[in-house]
Amino acid sequence: MNDGMPRVVTIREMIRETPAVATIRFDHAFDSLPGQFCMVWVPGIDEVPMGFSGADQITVQEVGTATRALTSLTPGDNIGIRGPFGNGFSPVGRVLAVAGGVGVAPLLPLAKEGSVATFILGARTRDELIAADILADQTDLHIATDDGTAGYHGFVTGVLDSEIDIASFDTICVCGPELMMKSILDRLALRNMEQRGQFSLHRYMKCGVGVCGSCSLDPDGLRVCRDGPVFSGDQISSSEFGEYARDAGGQKQKI
Amino acid sequence: MITLQNDPVNVGGITLNNHLILAAGVLGTTGASIRRMLRGGAGGAVTKSIGPVPAAGHPGPCLIPLDGGLLNAMGLPNPSQEFASELAHLAEEPVIVSIFGGTPDEFQTVASWFADIAAGYELNLSCPHAEGYGAAIGSDPRMVRACTEEVAAFGLPTWVKLTPNVTDIAVIGEAAEAGGATALVAINTVRAMRISTKLRRPVLGNRFGGLSGPMIFPIALRCVYDLYEACSVPIIGCGGISSAADVIEMMMAGASAVQIGSAVYDDIGVFDQIASKLYSDHGCSAAEIVGCAHE
Repeated sequence: MNDGMPRVVTIREMIRETPAVATIRFDHAFDSLPGQFCMVWVPGIDEVPMGFSGADQITVQEVGTATRALTSLTPGDNIGIRGPFGNGFSPVGRVLAVAGGVGVAPLLPLAKEGSVATFILGARTRDELIAADILADQTDLHIATDDGTAGYHGFVTGVLDSEIDIASFDTICVCGPELMMKSILDRLALRNMEQRGQFSLHRYMKCGVGVCGSCSLDPDGLRVCRDGPVFSGDQISSSEFGEYARDAGGQKQKI
Repeated sequence: MITLQNDPVNVGGITLNNHLILAAGVLGTTGASIRRMLRGGAGGAVTKSIGPVPAAGHPGPCLIPLDGGLLNAMGLPNPSQEFASELAHLAEEPVIVSIFGGTPDEFQTVASWFADIAAGYELNLSCPHAEGYGAAIGSDPRMVRACTEEVAAFGLPTWVKLTPNVTDIAVIGEAAEAGGATALVAINTVRAMRISTKLRRPVLGNRFGGLSGPMIFPIALRCVYDLYEACSVPIIGCGGISSAADVIEMMMAGASAVQIGSAVYDDIGVFDQIASKLYSDHGCSAAEIVGCAHE
């Protein structure tokens, strides 16, 4: 055991990415691997898990009280950070990355370091695409929007089916809404390629360090915070993934 | 080092696979998680504490690892009655259901949901950071006795987990024993807090919480020793145990078995790790060791 008190950092910059998503840069760079996450303490409100979108930044979507409080902060304000936690991505060979919405956050460092050959970026509409310029510079970028305002008209899986030969990639790194990730896992399973997929999962977390069990997956009891958050497709292909998750009290919620 | 024979263990009416039990509140949140711990060497497992209504627990931060311990204020998050379905596939296993309530009636109600599937009950009369629950009633001997009586009436093994945050733990142990407890579990966490000096405010969302881990082992040991002098039901030691040597020391103080919680933070395989050092073919019988430091 070692001292895991939150490190208090000062916000240096608040970058508005989309109407509901902001990137928060702070005054300290953490030594994290792409896909690792931290617990972000918003003093007086709550603590929430968040993927690093860079060594000194997180990218936050406003979905609840704590995330709304986070994005309403301004430079000079302080927050607490515990982490980095979890295992991160471990890409080998030729890498395809697939992101939906704010799911691009943990994949961004992978693309920035030049590890991603092809990137499929999805969003509901053009205004909600995140980091498209950076990704276009670093990767062969394919865009999908639900309403057709940019790129392919439809889901990222439509791009996967019509524009990409998935079997030509050794690693497929995925982060986004769970049903999107599940439909990609299903496509890998059809080709017996589940082990090539690496999926960054979300579950309700309280401790972040593998003790409380609030993020345990059925049926093997894998902890998303400590055994994940990135799992290979074969680790989760027979799990609750895509079916249900649990709320703060542990009650099951259909996905 | 002293080792034990790997004989069948029966403590407080429950047959365990070894002397090492998963403590309440640690990875006992789902059936799958409990099964993982049993497969990983835990001789029995205590569930997350289940209460009369579903609860989300305290706002975060809820847990802070420290040098030599964990500080937590989870706030008893639980799915309440729905949890019974989690245990359906564990009915034959040594799974002890931890329950809490604010009154003897609430303890009775929660216990009734698990009467057909639990190997036994553990009454949480000791959580230090839940208003109206846990230690709030577990420091009152009359309430401890009344709650224990309600649950013991189901006829299942009934363990009572005690708080160290009282002047004399033996008085509380005697009350539980008088209420029909088949074993006492000592101890729950010790009231504690940390402050972020930069933010000038407590770190835990609940401001204060409970300390566990190696830091509190000497406190737990002293409580077990005191209870052994005062009570006749078996005692289960809990608090900072992270090695086979700790287990032996706790048994010498009077524990018939132990619970392990915080040590899974360093290694989820801690049960197998400890068991591999604790047991040997030439080991002593537990009866030779338990309470020997009192002679």
